[in-house]
Amino acid sequence: MPLIRNETIKMVKKKRLYIIFIVLAVLVPMFTYAQMKSAENNRDKFGGDWRLELQQAITDNQNSLGSDRVPEEYKKYRTVYIQQMQYYLENDINPKEPGGVTFTREFMNNAVGLFIPLLIMAIASDLVSGERTTGTIKMLLTRPVKRWKVLLSKLITLIMFVSIIVVSAYIICYVISGAVFGYKGFGMPIFTGFKVVGTDVDMSAVHAVDQWLYMLMQAGLIWFVSIIVAMLAFMVSVLVRSTAASIVIMMAALIAGTILTSMAASWQSAKYLFMVNLELPDYLSGGLPPIEGMNLGFSLIVLSVWGIASLFVSFIVFTKRDILN
Amino acid sequence: MAQEQTDSVLSVQHLKKKIGRKWIIKDVTFDVKPGEIFGFLGPNGAGKTTTIRMLVDLIKPTEGKIQVCGYDVNRDPERALKYVGSIVENPEVYTYLTGWENLEHFARMQPGVDNDRIQEVVDIVRLDQRIHDKVRTYSLGMRQRLGIAQALLGRPRLLILDEPTNGLDPKGIKELRVFIKQLASEGMAVFVSSHLLSEIQLLCDRVAIISAGRVLAVGGVNELIEDHSKLAIWHVAPLEEGKKMLLDAGISLVDRPADVMDDTIVAGLGPNAVVAEMHEDRIPVLVQQMVQAGVQVEGVQRIQPTLEQLFLKMTEGESIE
Repeated sequence: MPLIRNETIKMVKKKRLYIIFIVLAVLVPMFTYAQMKSAENNRDKFGGDWRLELQQAITDNQNSLGSDRVPEEYKKYRTVYIQQMQYYLENDINPKEPGGVTFTREFMNNAVGLFIPLLIMAIASDLVSGERTTGTIKMLLTRPVKRWKVLLSKLITLIMFVSIIVVSAYIICYVISGAVFGYKGFGMPIFTGFKVVGTDVDMSAVHAVDQWLYMLMQAGLIWFVSIIVAMLAFMVSVLVRSTAASIVIMMAALIAGTILTSMAASWQSAKYLFMVNLELPDYLSGGLPPIEGMNLGFSLIVLSVWGIASLFVSFIVFTKRDILN
Repeated sequence: MAQEQTDSVLSVQHLKKKIGRKWIIKDVTFDVKPGEIFGFLGPNGAGKTTTIRMLVDLIKPTEGKIQVCGYDVNRDPERALKYVGSIVENPEVYTYLTGWENLEHFARMQPGVDNDRIQEVVDIVRLDQRIHDKVRTYSLGMRQRLGIAQALLGRPRLLILDEPTNGLDPKGIKELRVFIKQLASEGMAVFVSSHLLSEIQLLCDRVAIISAGRVLAVGGVNELIEDHSKLAIWHVAPLEEGKKMLLDAGISLVDRPADVMDDTIVAGLGPNAVVAEMHEDRIPVLVQQMVQAGVQVEGVQRIQPTLEQLFLKMTEGESIE
């Protein structure tokens, strides 16, 4: 497919990818350093005994449950958290066993809601709108190639590069944090399968998996989220003529998502919005879902519907629309 | 092949386009034949660019039919556009790529264009010195040439150029003119839009004149433009005597020259100048008569009417929007 080659060359020559790598290479050491400091701090406090440290965390959280100043939603989160930590403690497994692998897992867990989508927008948002801003779209569409083929080549290229970004985020993270915490930890057991019912945690399905397997599942979910975000950004880029507008629209949607996640528990129908469904890896570790009634299957379906709908819109608009400037 | 040679390369029939609630193009019909340079003349806002965008499938017509070498552009763009090379408005290329990479990019989008062909078009537009530099560093003239190179890649039968002299210096314009004529002499049909009458006169064989979304006339450049109203500026002393003689000969004088001529010419009119609407054949006789009558003729200058004047004549008093 020569068209895909064209798009790949353009993507590489625009040097957007380097910027993403640089952002990762600058930010990851910062987080690594912060993590290192907090680890040092805890070691001073608890003398290196992680059981004491975990017990302290549980007690702290339990105390806060009695306080009136803590909002109801936070209490729910903490109730679930306490039960999980107690499970780890009972089974004598350190959930925060320091190491490059653990750090990478935690970092990616936190990155999926906002950070990874931002990186993806950097390449997705100007894919079509950029050609319109510069006018090169006219050259592209006056060649003897059907429009849907042009758009499909862009989409395939985008999916390729999104995959590269996800994989390289893992690699960069592991390499950098490993230098500080050590490169071990792939075989460490992680519990998954917590089922949250109301504020109670159902432990019956819980089982331990090796951390490498856990991370593979996590990576799959993150990749899925990234592809959906890329498709949405792609649609916005088809619909909007200016790249700046395209980025702003996606940013606003994503940030609205993080805000909604933390306060929308009482607004039930918000669970059908794509932005509150981005934290897929949380289902693996078993956190309380942002809105009652959400689970992994539900979120996957909601995201798929959003992704397919946006592809549909992109292709219809792109093939039908008059290029007026 | 033989049949296509005699047929039209481009055939446009009753093209109409409605954008929003407004009819931008009301009725456009014309044919372009192989080897001819076809002018598309009209003032800004007449619908030239909208029409061109429809020719290359950037816009879908509301009504009407466009065929290139017998293929419908809107129904069968993959076949029809193979025969078309075009530059719509400015030659927009990827500035972060080199000239060569740009050509490679567009070469991959059409069949049968290899590296030899790319080298060939680079030589044709004489960009070989800078072809491996980033386009960001090119001058406007060089970008224009790269645009033409891109349009020529697929050995088109029809070359569409939208206001190609925009932004070029006089030398560049002259070179472009020679270049287009050479392409046409090799059998390519060239479609050139312009709002400058003189440019069309210098370059084209036939012309379609468009105003307010409608083609007013299609025909040979000479019949349409040169035979229309002619003007002559007379510099005579004494002025009144000269004017009287012109009027006596049945020639009408132009009261307000600024309405019919370019500003640059109006600015050059001296105190003894009078503008007459007349055919150039009558100039020698009148000069003789004036000299005999003792009127000093300091100069007579033939000039072309402006586009607006031409339109006025064609629409015969219909107001131009």
